[in-house]
Amino acid sequence: MLLINCPFCGPRDENEFLCGGEGHIMRPEPYDKVSAKEWASYLYYQDNHKGVVFERWRHAYGCGLWFNIARNTVTHEIEAIYEITDPKPDLERR
Amino acid sequence: MRYSSLSLLKEGLQSHKGWPAAWASREPKHGYDVVIIGGGGHGLATAYYLAKNHGVKNVAVLERGWLGGGNTGRNTTVIRSNYFFPESAAFYDFSLKLYEGLSKELNFNIMLSQRGMMTLAHSEHDLELMNRSCNAMQLNGVPADMLSPEQVGKRAPALDVSKEARHPVWGALLQERAGVARHDAVAWGYARQASALGVDIIQNCEVTGFQMSGGRVSGVETNRGVIGAGKVGIAVAGHSSVIARMAGFRLPVYSYALQAFVSEPMKPVLDTVILSPATGVYISQSDKGELVFGAALDLYASYAQRGNIPVLEDAAAGVLEMFPSFSRVRLLRQWAGIVDVVHDSTAIVDKTPVDGMYINCGWGTGGFKAIPGGGYAFAHTIAEDDPHPLVKPFSFQRFEAGAMIDEAAASGIAH
Repeated sequence: MLLINCPFCGPRDENEFLCGGEGHIMRPEPYDKVSAKEWASYLYYQDNHKGVVFERWRHAYGCGLWFNIARNTVTHEIEAIYEITDPKPDLERR
Repeated sequence: MRYSSLSLLKEGLQSHKGWPAAWASREPKHGYDVVIIGGGGHGLATAYYLAKNHGVKNVAVLERGWLGGGNTGRNTTVIRSNYFFPESAAFYDFSLKLYEGLSKELNFNIMLSQRGMMTLAHSEHDLELMNRSCNAMQLNGVPADMLSPEQVGKRAPALDVSKEARHPVWGALLQERAGVARHDAVAWGYARQASALGVDIIQNCEVTGFQMSGGRVSGVETNRGVIGAGKVGIAVAGHSSVIARMAGFRLPVYSYALQAFVSEPMKPVLDTVILSPATGVYISQSDKGELVFGAALDLYASYAQRGNIPVLEDAAAGVLEMFPSFSRVRLLRQWAGIVDVVHDSTAIVDKTPVDGMYINCGWGTGGFKAIPGGGYAFAHTIAEDDPHPLVKPFSFQRFEAGAMIDEAAASGIAH
């Protein structure tokens, strides 16, 4: 069980949250110049990294707001929690 | 040595001292025509069919740990082909048919038990959708039946089919040919026959990188040195993205932990497989008497083969909703496998962006039942440098074309 420190509500159990997958993914622009390959990459492909990942999470059964978590997919250790509009923190990629 | 009742009797009289090793443990050679990464069911089956169907015998299977120690040894052993779309039905029924003849083909008892599987309907709407699934299966040539609540209760007397149940049973979709098999035996059976055909099985051999020449893969770097490879087949399930990253491409895959649970052994109480889509729980009883069950995926991407507590609680609660009489049964073991989940819950068997490199991944939570078909089709894909017709729709191209085979939504599978 993860204890997740929601930036708005404080520490709560993991089952109050929903994981929204990898974050910091930019939508390719302009839309009418984007190839099918780029769309597929944007919509379906991910790093699925073994190590520290940067994910969007939502406090679904709490404040309902989105934020970011940097989390290790092997140890499940949470390395950083930051707001949804903040840039990716400068963590050494492990 | 051929396994038979005669050889068993003979060995029995000699205190079982004459059994040879089932497969040879070999040191890696300098190079192979084909190197398969991943010594699970899919990798071993691929090696077997490469040697048997395509005459490609200079093959190595590299396994980081021990044979069948990943998802092949971590699943709930259910085999079925109750899918919705024609592409899935064709593939999974082919795989089920191979399973039906596998003990004989491999001369290894995989203990296939076609005890039937019931997918429960818990409301009128469930029932309508399930009738639709049943029709789709029949149109696809896969026999299926609908059962009334009374018939469900008769097949599974311990199941709570009363009107007062939290999730009342309105009926069920039955696939009579579905069932369970001994998962380890599937890996061992393929390993034994592949080895007999000349395939080198190399355990404790972890791939750390690739050697390329002119955009084509030429070798595999491992913790036991560089192994030359004419072609490379990747069949590593949850670690597909890790291997793909070494080769310089990404996959449309997320890796999740999927847990499985085993109870203490009990007397026979459940002689079929039951899935309740409402709770996501699927359950059967092993030959040893243990209840074997599983439920939903863990809640976030993970490479940790242990699983988390909230899902365990949900699984236990789901079992008790269905079988109140199991409330005093104790869990014996719990574990997790790392499964590679694709957006549409359909696998990927295809060439990769790297020449000479092929991938078999994305089986998600249902890789075990796909082992014979997956190995068969992947061997063809590697040998012919062209995907087998059964897996042509399971391509990378579908993500660009939008030609998804969305079983996640269509067949009401748990995940």
